[in-house]
Amino acid sequence: MQQKDVLPMKTEVSEKRVVTTPATVQTMTGSEAVIRSLIAEGVDTIFGYPGGAIMPIYDALYDFQQEVHHILVRHEQGATHAAQGYARSSGEVGVVFATSGPGATNLVTGLADAYMDSTPMVCITGQVNAVLLGTDAFQETDVIGITMPITKWNIQVTRSEDIPGAIAKAFYIARNGRPGPVLVDITKNAQVGKLDFNYKKCEYIRSYHPVPELSEEAIKDAAALINQAQRPYILCGHGVLISGAEKELIALAEKANIPIASTLLGLSAVPVDHPLYVGYLGMHGNYGPNINTNECDVLIAVGMRFDDRITGEVSSYASQAKVIHIEIDAAEINKIIKADVPVHADAKTALQALLPHIAPTQHKEWLQTFKEADKQEYDKVKHRELYPEEGMLKMAEVVRIISEKTGGHAILVTDVGQHQMIASRYYQFKDPNTNITSGGMGTMGFALPAAMGAKMGAPEKEVVAVIGDGCFQMTLQELGTIYQSEIGVKIVILNNNFLGMVRQWQQLFFDKRYSSTEMINPDFVQIAKGFYVPGRKVTDRAEIAAAVEEMLTHKGAYLLEVVVEQEDNVFPMVPAGAPISHIRLE
Amino acid sequence: MDNNTSHTAAASNGTTHSGLREYTVTVYTEDRIGITNRITIIFTRRHINITSLTTAQTEIPGVYKFIITVLAEREKLDKVIGQIEKLIEIHRAFVHDESEVVYQELALYKISTASLHNGNIEQLIRDNNARILTITSEYFVIEKTGHQQELIDMLQKLVPYGVIEYSKSGRVAIVKWSRRFHDHLKDLQRKEADNLKLVH
Repeated sequence: MQQKDVLPMKTEVSEKRVVTTPATVQTMTGSEAVIRSLIAEGVDTIFGYPGGAIMPIYDALYDFQQEVHHILVRHEQGATHAAQGYARSSGEVGVVFATSGPGATNLVTGLADAYMDSTPMVCITGQVNAVLLGTDAFQETDVIGITMPITKWNIQVTRSEDIPGAIAKAFYIARNGRPGPVLVDITKNAQVGKLDFNYKKCEYIRSYHPVPELSEEAIKDAAALINQAQRPYILCGHGVLISGAEKELIALAEKANIPIASTLLGLSAVPVDHPLYVGYLGMHGNYGPNINTNECDVLIAVGMRFDDRITGEVSSYASQAKVIHIEIDAAEINKIIKADVPVHADAKTALQALLPHIAPTQHKEWLQTFKEADKQEYDKVKHRELYPEEGMLKMAEVVRIISEKTGGHAILVTDVGQHQMIASRYYQFKDPNTNITSGGMGTMGFALPAAMGAKMGAPEKEVVAVIGDGCFQMTLQELGTIYQSEIGVKIVILNNNFLGMVRQWQQLFFDKRYSSTEMINPDFVQIAKGFYVPGRKVTDRAEIAAAVEEMLTHKGAYLLEVVVEQEDNVFPMVPAGAPISHIRLE
Repeated sequence: MDNNTSHTAAASNGTTHSGLREYTVTVYTEDRIGITNRITIIFTRRHINITSLTTAQTEIPGVYKFIITVLAEREKLDKVIGQIEKLIEIHRAFVHDESEVVYQELALYKISTASLHNGNIEQLIRDNNARILTITSEYFVIEKTGHQQELIDMLQKLVPYGVIEYSKSGRVAIVKWSRRFHDHLKDLQRKEADNLKLVH
C-alpha cells in the first residue's frame, strides 16, 4: 500500500465505537476502499460468503478484523435475512457480502423481502472483470438487471475511483426516507485497481428528496377530522417503528381516547397491555380490530400501506370512513385506499405537528365495542387456544408460555405460516422493535438467519425464534453459523408435521385434499446436536413450561422442538379476497 | 416496445375499442445506465402497453426527458407515475392527455424510384408537406412529420406506389403548462450535479 502523509485520526463513526481512519488522501486498492468506506459509515458487522469474484475484498477484510466482525453464513440467503434481523433490532444498516453469479442470485429472496418490508440493507457483490461483462463469463450474471425491481437502488461499479462515491450513495439511499435494500456490484478489476481514497458521506442527491415537506394545511385538515370524529380509529404500521414515533402515536391516542390497532409489522410499537391497544389487524388478526375498520368514522392510518392481507376486498374496506393517511412514500398514498386527507410525511414529524391541534375527547361507547368483540373472540377462540386442558399441545399455549417467561421483553423472530400468525396474535409485546418477521414477502426460511442477525444487533436482548417445521428446513444450515459465531439465539420449532397454513387452506377451501403438505420430518434435536447446538423435544403439556425455562436459562444457543396438534387451525380468519367484515371466528 | 399494437390501435379520439386511452407520459431523469429498464419495468408490472418511447438530453446538462406514449386507464397510469417518481434517479414524471401537449412524430418512407413514373407522387408529397431526403437509382426516401394518424394516412396513400420500407419515430412533445417545472430544472443547474459519474 502506498501512502501519502498518513496521519491516523480517531473518528467517531457511531455511538458505539471509535475507529481509526486515514486523515488524508491515501492511495489504496478498490478492495481496501470498500472496507474503509464501510467503516466510515459505521459498519462493524458484515454477513457474507466469499467466492472468486469477491476474493480481493475478503483479502482486504483480513486486515480489518479488529474493526469489522464478519459472520460467515452457510448460504447467501441466510446473509440477507441475518442482515435484515440485524437492521431491525439495531436500527443500523445491515451489510452483506456475496460473490458473483450464484452468490449474487442467492441474495434475491432476501433483497425482495427487505424491499417489501422497508429494511435498510447494503449488499456488496463481486462481479467478473469489466472486460468480461456481457460475455457469459464464468459466474457472471446480470445481477443489476435481476435486482432492479427488488432494490431501492442498485449500481455496478467498474472503476476503483467510483467505489467510495457508490458506497456513500448506497448508505444514504438505504437509510433515508422509506428505507430499503441497495446493491453495489463491483467488478474484479475495480477491486484490485488503485485509487486515491478520501471518503465523503453522501448528504444530497439532486433527484432524490427523502424528507417530504410537511403540509400544515394537511395537518389542520387531519386534526379537524379527528376532533369531529365519534369513532376515530388508529392503524399503526411499520412506519411508526421506522421513524421512532411510538411515543407520539400513544400521545395522540391518549389525548383523544382513540383505539389503536396494529398491522403485522407494526406490532411492538404499542405495548400489548396499553389500555387503548385493541389488537392486531388482518387476515388472521383479532376480531374487533377487523370488523371495526368497517364501523369507524375516521380512520387514521399511520405508516402503513393497506396491504391486501389487511384490507380484504378493497371496495368494501372502510368505505364509511374518512381516511387520513400519514405515509412517507408518496406512491403508497391513494394506491389502494383513497385518502380524504393525505399527509405525505415521516410518521414522527406528522404526529408531532398534529398533536397540538388535537382536542382532548372521550369515546367510551366506541371503545366498549372493541371490548365486547374481544370478549366474543376470547370465548370462542382465545381461551381454548391459550389454556387447553387436553389433547396435544397447541401452538398458542407454547407462545403464551414463552411470552410469560420472557415477560414480553424478548425479540420475537417468526417465520411464515400458522406459527407466525399464532405468535403475532399471542405474544405480549412490551418493547418497540421486538417483532421481527417477514411481512410483505412471506418468506419461509426467514426466521433462523434473521434471529441470528437480530441477536448480533441487540446482544443484550433475549432473542427467541419461533419457527415451523417446514420453514426450519429451508435454512437450517445456519445452525452452523450460530455455532461457529457463538450466537445465543433460542430456537423453538413448532412441529405439526405439516405445512400448516397451506394445509389449513386445503381443509377449508380445497375439500381437505392435502396435496403435498404432509412432512415426514427428521429428528430436529439430533440435527441441532450435529451442529453442537443443544436441544430438547417436548410432546407433553406437563413438560413445556420447564422446557421453555431450561431453554431461556441456557447460556448460548438452544433448540426446543415442540410437537403440536397436527390439524390445528388459525382463527379468526378472513378468507382471501373477502370483505374484512366476513371474518370467521370458527 | 413490448406490444403487438398496430398503428391504428388508437382511434382518432385517442380511445381504443377496449376503453383504453392514449396518453403521453413525460419523465425527467438523471443520466444513468439502466434508467430505461427501471422505468419500463413499472409499466410491465401493471400490463400497460408502451406504444412509443423517445428519449434525449434536455437543455439541462445531465437531465434526460423520456416521452412515452401508452394505452391505459388514467387511474392506473396515475399510480404508475407515482411509482416511477419513487425511483432515485427520477426528477419528476407527468401524465398528459392530448390537449396538454404539442407533439410531432417523424416518418421515413422508402419508395422504389421506378414508381416516380406512376401517377403524380410529386403532387402527393407537396400536398402532404413532406419532402424528399435522398434519391438513388433504386429508391428514394420521403420524410414527413406530423401526428401519428397523418403519418399513417400518408403511408396508405404511398402504398400504390410501392413502399419498400417504412419507419416511424416515437413522439416528441412539448408540454403546454410545463413552465414551472422547467424553472425547477433550471434550479438544478445551479445545484451541485450528481457526484457519481460512471463511465461504461
